[in-house]
Amino acid sequence: MTPLTPMADRPLLTIEDVEIAFSSPDEADIVAVRQVDLTLTPGKTLCLVGESGCGKSVTARAVLRLLDHNATISRGRILFTPPGEETVDIATLKPDSLAMRKIRGNKVSMIFQEPMSSLSPVHTIGDQIDEMIILHEGLKPKQARERTVSLLDQVGIPGPRERADAYPFQLSGGLRQRAMIAMALACTPNLLIADEPTTALDVTTQAQILDLLKKLQDDYGMAMLFITHDLGVVAEIADDVAVMYLGDVVEQGNVFDVFRAPRHPYTQALLRSIPTMARKADRQRLSPIKGTVPSAKDRPEGCAFTSRCPYAFEPCAGIRPERTRVGEGHTARCHLLTQNAPVAEAMA
Amino acid sequence: MLRFLTGRLFSMVVTIWAVSFVAFAIIQLPPGDYLTTYLATISAQGERADPRAIEALRQQYGLGQPYLVQYWKWITGIVLHGDFGRSFEWNAPVTELIWGRLGNSILLEGLAVVVMWFVALPIGVYAAVRKYSLGDYLATIFGFLGLAVPNFLFALVLMYLGYVWFGTTLGGLFSPEFENARWSLPRIWDFFSHAWAPIVVLATAGTAQLIRIMRANLLDELKKPYVTTARSKGLPEWKVILKYPVRVALNPLVSTIGWLLPTLVSSSVIVSVVMNLPTAGPMLLRSLTSQDMYLAGAIIMLLGVLTVIGTLISDLILAWIDPRIRYGGN
Amino acid sequence: MAIDALTQQPALLRVKRSRESQSALMWRRFRQHHLAVWSLWIVVAFYLVALLAEFLAPLGPGDYNPRYTYAAPQGIHFFSTDENGNWQFGPYVYGYKTEIDPVALRRTFVIDEEVKIPIAFFVPSEPYRLAGFIPMSIKLFGVTEPRAPLYVLGADRLGRDLLSRLIHGTRISLSIGLVGVVMSLFFGVIIGGFSGYYGGWFDGAVQRVIEFIRSLPTIPLWLGLAAALPRDWSSLQIYFAITIILSLVGWTELARVVRGRFLALRTEDFVTAAQLDGASDWRIITKHMVPSFMSHIIAAATLAVPGMILAETALSFLGLGLQAPIVSWGTLMQEAQNIRTLASAPWLLLPGVAVVVVILALNFLGDGLRDAADPHGR
Repeated sequence: MTPLTPMADRPLLTIEDVEIAFSSPDEADIVAVRQVDLTLTPGKTLCLVGESGCGKSVTARAVLRLLDHNATISRGRILFTPPGEETVDIATLKPDSLAMRKIRGNKVSMIFQEPMSSLSPVHTIGDQIDEMIILHEGLKPKQARERTVSLLDQVGIPGPRERADAYPFQLSGGLRQRAMIAMALACTPNLLIADEPTTALDVTTQAQILDLLKKLQDDYGMAMLFITHDLGVVAEIADDVAVMYLGDVVEQGNVFDVFRAPRHPYTQALLRSIPTMARKADRQRLSPIKGTVPSAKDRPEGCAFTSRCPYAFEPCAGIRPERTRVGEGHTARCHLLTQNAPVAEAMA
Repeated sequence: MLRFLTGRLFSMVVTIWAVSFVAFAIIQLPPGDYLTTYLATISAQGERADPRAIEALRQQYGLGQPYLVQYWKWITGIVLHGDFGRSFEWNAPVTELIWGRLGNSILLEGLAVVVMWFVALPIGVYAAVRKYSLGDYLATIFGFLGLAVPNFLFALVLMYLGYVWFGTTLGGLFSPEFENARWSLPRIWDFFSHAWAPIVVLATAGTAQLIRIMRANLLDELKKPYVTTARSKGLPEWKVILKYPVRVALNPLVSTIGWLLPTLVSSSVIVSVVMNLPTAGPMLLRSLTSQDMYLAGAIIMLLGVLTVIGTLISDLILAWIDPRIRYGGN
Repeated sequence: MAIDALTQQPALLRVKRSRESQSALMWRRFRQHHLAVWSLWIVVAFYLVALLAEFLAPLGPGDYNPRYTYAAPQGIHFFSTDENGNWQFGPYVYGYKTEIDPVALRRTFVIDEEVKIPIAFFVPSEPYRLAGFIPMSIKLFGVTEPRAPLYVLGADRLGRDLLSRLIHGTRISLSIGLVGVVMSLFFGVIIGGFSGYYGGWFDGAVQRVIEFIRSLPTIPLWLGLAAALPRDWSSLQIYFAITIILSLVGWTELARVVRGRFLALRTEDFVTAAQLDGASDWRIITKHMVPSFMSHIIAAATLAVPGMILAETALSFLGLGLQAPIVSWGTLMQEAQNIRTLASAPWLLLPGVAVVVVILALNFLGDGLRDAADPHGR
């Protein structure tokens, strides 16, 4: 386990105890993200898993400071350390500052869920990619277009030279997402954030895009923050996984550790709710998680999962569980792990 | 693109044909026909009409024959010979009277469109980007006033203020010495020193509407994911907004010319009457009150045709700037 | 039987209550638009003025007095001070004196602050019929001295009281808006309804016609039609002819709204259910569909009224709409067409202020209604 290159262990991005609140003129502030700690290392993929509305997209956008005007990062740090450069705390940068814009698209780029609406309908694919190369690398339009064509080729778009002159609506969903990926890779970023990039695609295209992303990650050696609600996709692509529930990261660790021995009741429940292939005799009934996700307003002061947790006991509602180390690089936030409760054994 | 173009051209021809039918119906509406009015005027002046000339005119316009025959003679005269009939009041062919005045109408309306766009675009963008700011509220108030103040009232107020404050009468398009001169720099200057007032009046209502539309469109577009994509590229905020959402929000704005133009032509008629401009408007009013129907019909028809052509141009511009229409996408 | 009746009754009650809450919901949403509520009161006030014109206007619309041509507005003063400097309630206006304008060498009437003419409320007048049928002989206010001038908003070239004419003009201008919209609504609902309900070629044809009419510049068209009206028609005939001419264009917008709603509703389950029950088309349209978008129609109709008023004003202003003995805001504005007249009697533009206020109020009201018409929207 001793790392061959010490650089590889140096985290690229560290999110420490981040809280993000949304304000609105008529209502009280809503804390969409309450406590998030994440670590990303070069060449590795971290999957951020959770139900819709749990704050995973908000977290991802916060890294690029792409949140709406009414959102503020009210606590915590987002430390970004590009190889061979100083560490910057993205949380303190102004969203439209030059420093932030130099990171966006250049060091950290992002692909989005809806490839149709995430590309401008009135500009050609080529124009939209060229723009980024011209902006960050100062190439001439002609050179930029050459680069664009080779990028399109690299992401597996047939006839890249002609397709560069196509408009998004002239391409299929899979090709659009490939173009989106080409755009994100245009300036060879250190970190790629993929916000549910395969959700809007059909299953075969989804698999192709995942393969492509894995291959490109190997080629470019970048870190990837992959957001999804699909545990199958996690198993496919992740090195590490972080499970979010209602604004909190409840468990984080190596994907094998977490899937084999989940320590947080929510992760356990989540894994029990996926159907598995098994012989008839071994089959178990799927057990859905009881209850529904409360809204961020009704979240208990303590652990967010309290209202649906089968093991909840006294401290859960009132006290926030500490982040507890449960294995090599494996942490979870649960009172069961720190306090000697009778259910602790039952759960393990 | 070619299919789009032929489709639009075909529908334009049909529309123009329908316009000509309406215009001819208006010519036919008043009791009596051209010759009875003509004879009445001539005899009122104490002259005698040449019976042979009258018979020739009767033949030429198919007077006394069925409606469709008369329409056929009228429309073929226009299409084949550019002959819109005669104005009995001016005792001259209609064609000699209208082109200069129509030219002035087109000039004024075109300039009004240009002013509208140049004023409305930045204000609309500002109002949407800085939603609920002071400037946004001012733009909204301006929008409502533009909606509610009838253009002739605005013209009257402007003329009144001009008279009271500067002692000048706003009105007309040229000073007398430039009235019939050839275009030259001093004449252009003279034109603009007169024309700014009617252009402002004509442009105000449309500007108010365009600001409202631009603001609403842009507010819709600003929420779209591609704006976030553009931001995630690292573009500066002003460039993000101008290059992407503003560009997309322009498309529906261009198509609004289609219904802005009819209103503009309408208001130019009434504003020209108030401000005494040598455009088609006052001539139409005068010909209608004196039942000089060939002249009136020609003006109504040409104003209609102008509007239709203007709409076609806006459609072409739309296809030019919006690839989704150009390539028949969705 | 008895048990049935017992169990059904509360159910019926509940249905009724929930229906009430639906309209209450609309009213509540409407009330949130303060501007729309204010506008509602302004519109109501204007229509009251139109209804009570004879009672409110101190003089008849045609009463003239050549001794006071272009007399300036007097305004109304409500408090006077007596010799001891005490304030006292007693509305009055100032009288006039004549001066010779040294430049134009013309007689002008200027306010004479020496002369106070008291005003009284509920003064007796010549007998008249309120709104055409209630006999009355009292006016809201007027001068007590006979022959004393009362030109609160000034006089026109014949020495007619602008305020009285404005009040009477309100009746014509506002009613033409209403009558025109009712007529447009009649055509719009029938044509748009059939178009949206049946679809097919009829819908296509109607859509083309609507597009065509809307692509035409309206003023030249209206002028052409209005110019063809026979000169010997009575005021009433002209009035109705003008409303019909305005409705010829006005129906298109309403037809579009109705058609759109019909298209949206045609595939709704409750319409299919009614069709499966064997209800006739007429019954489905009148009993099921129209009630469900009544509120949308009311909002669209309200938004159509200002256009009608503006159109009448414009036509009459150009001299091809309503003609002289009829007093409307448009014919009043016609008096202000000449810039020299306007310069010496700017108060002739006041009818324009009434136009702007009513148009704004109707627009805000219509917007508020439109938002409230969709209680579950947003």
